[in-house]
Amino acid sequence: MSSTKFILGLFDDPDDMMHGIEKLQKNSIPIYDVYTPMPIHGIEDKLGVKESRLGYAAFCFGCLGMTVIFSILYYTLVHDWPMNVGGKPNFAIPNFVPFTFEWTILFTAFGMTLTFFAATHLFPGRAPRVMDLRATDDRFVIAINAKGNVPHEDITNLLKEAGAVEVKHNDRKYVSYE
Amino acid sequence: MKTHNNFDEKFEFTGSAKTWSLVALVAGAICIVIGFVLGGVHVERMFSNLLLMSYYMVCVCTAGVFFLAYQYAAQAGWSASLIRIPQAFAKVLPIASLILILVVTAGLFTHHEVIFEGKKQMVPYLYASWATHGLTIVGDHNYNAVIAGKAPFLTIGFFYGFLVVFLGAYSYFGYALTKCSTDEDTEGGMRNYDKSFALACTFLVIFGFTFPIFAFGTIMSLEAHWFSTMFGWYNLAAMHVSGLAIIALVIVLLKKKGNFLWLSENHLHSLGKMIFGFSIFWTYVWFAQFFLTWYANIPEESVYFFKRWEPEYKWWFWLNIVMNFLSPLLLLMSRDAKRLTNRMMWTCILLIAGHWLDYYLMIMPGTVVENRGFGVEEIGSFIAFAGLFTFLMLTALSRFKSLVPKKHPFLQESLHHHI
Repeated sequence: MSSTKFILGLFDDPDDMMHGIEKLQKNSIPIYDVYTPMPIHGIEDKLGVKESRLGYAAFCFGCLGMTVIFSILYYTLVHDWPMNVGGKPNFAIPNFVPFTFEWTILFTAFGMTLTFFAATHLFPGRAPRVMDLRATDDRFVIAINAKGNVPHEDITNLLKEAGAVEVKHNDRKYVSYE
Repeated sequence: MKTHNNFDEKFEFTGSAKTWSLVALVAGAICIVIGFVLGGVHVERMFSNLLLMSYYMVCVCTAGVFFLAYQYAAQAGWSASLIRIPQAFAKVLPIASLILILVVTAGLFTHHEVIFEGKKQMVPYLYASWATHGLTIVGDHNYNAVIAGKAPFLTIGFFYGFLVVFLGAYSYFGYALTKCSTDEDTEGGMRNYDKSFALACTFLVIFGFTFPIFAFGTIMSLEAHWFSTMFGWYNLAAMHVSGLAIIALVIVLLKKKGNFLWLSENHLHSLGKMIFGFSIFWTYVWFAQFFLTWYANIPEESVYFFKRWEPEYKWWFWLNIVMNFLSPLLLLMSRDAKRLTNRMMWTCILLIAGHWLDYYLMIMPGTVVENRGFGVEEIGSFIAFAGLFTFLMLTALSRFKSLVPKKHPFLQESLHHHI
């Protein structure tokens, strides 16, 4: 049994790569992931990638920010230390609006950034996980998990037929830790 | 369902769209006549409604020019295949401007008698707070020092001056941008696109500085004692949201009729994002204007909101926020919502009604105050102007040789727009 963990098909043209995805799908070979240097429209639909849930995270962080600042404002300005400002009532809602608005945005922005970093393992100090370094430069990479029943040569041939400029049989999942 | 797009497709303005727009125009015109025939306070209400609707129509057409201009200035690609619609709006602007000028002229030069502070007084139907005779003449029994201090801005001469100059300039830029686009179809090349870019940038600078003055003069001066520097931006936001909502509505309805089949849910999504975003922006400026006044609580400023907070207008005041902030916020927040044709259609209709209410709250408390109403005058003038706008805009659209700017450099990007 070979020690190959991942088979990478490297394409220099996005259309060839899309063609390669079709070929693999026709032969029922599951695709692990695809890495491209730039966004490619329609690729999510083709690969059946689930819709991003970042929006839900954003909504939750927004609600959190709103609740946090509203509590702080209520505690400080209404409960703990009421002050007479211009004869307004202590619990004057319009006063609260700008702060609540800003904190909602602040928490949403920071929360989304952190969620994105956590989901993509991009936080500082961590070596980025890259399966092929040229996927960030000029290669469109289809990654296939080699632990399947399909003979590896068949996968290689399929990728070559589709126009892959290079097919790699990698023993390691990520190359970027070296 | 056609599978291939025909870019020589022309819009043919026939059938039910033409019938109904003309029916609306005639029915509305009859209502307007009824309003005037009823006499008394109805005449004043009719003038306010005509001002409201002609201002609304000018704003929507100007929003078309504004949309064109920032799409060209930003070199946006996604909108290229729907750019004929705002171009049709821009083509209606000269007529809309003329109607607005006719309405304000009629309002300024016809007078009625009112009892003000126990004295009988002859005041014009519109702009009574600055155009009443004697307000700026020292020694006259009508003399008002505050209004006299604003006399350089609030005079008939300056008023007509800015109306004609500003609306003329907006109309010119709308015409020139449209002409560049139609010339592009016959000539090809980048010359017209480059020219559009220069025109668009020039327009945006002029527009940014002049639109607030236009709003101050046309609407804010109805209550000439009061002023707010936020008012211009507030009106800009209102005008932009309603313009975008009408552009989106026109697209949805024309698509249902079988035109513009190359426009997909992606184009609608882009428009939906702008409608959503600018509704939030509208709320932001609306609240900023309210908040500053509420916080400072200076009587001469607060009176503006006091009038809108009295039982007469209180529910409308709240309904305004519900329609123009809460409804787009809740109806259009998610990605999927903006891609649903019917969701977009109903939200747009709601926003068009919402911004009518917004203008209603800007105008009525300053003109008819407690004689306000919601009846044949309001509905009639809305229907009349909706019919007129639909008729003129679709006529303008049918004059284009093709519904697609065939040689727009970003046309392919627009046809394949995907988000």
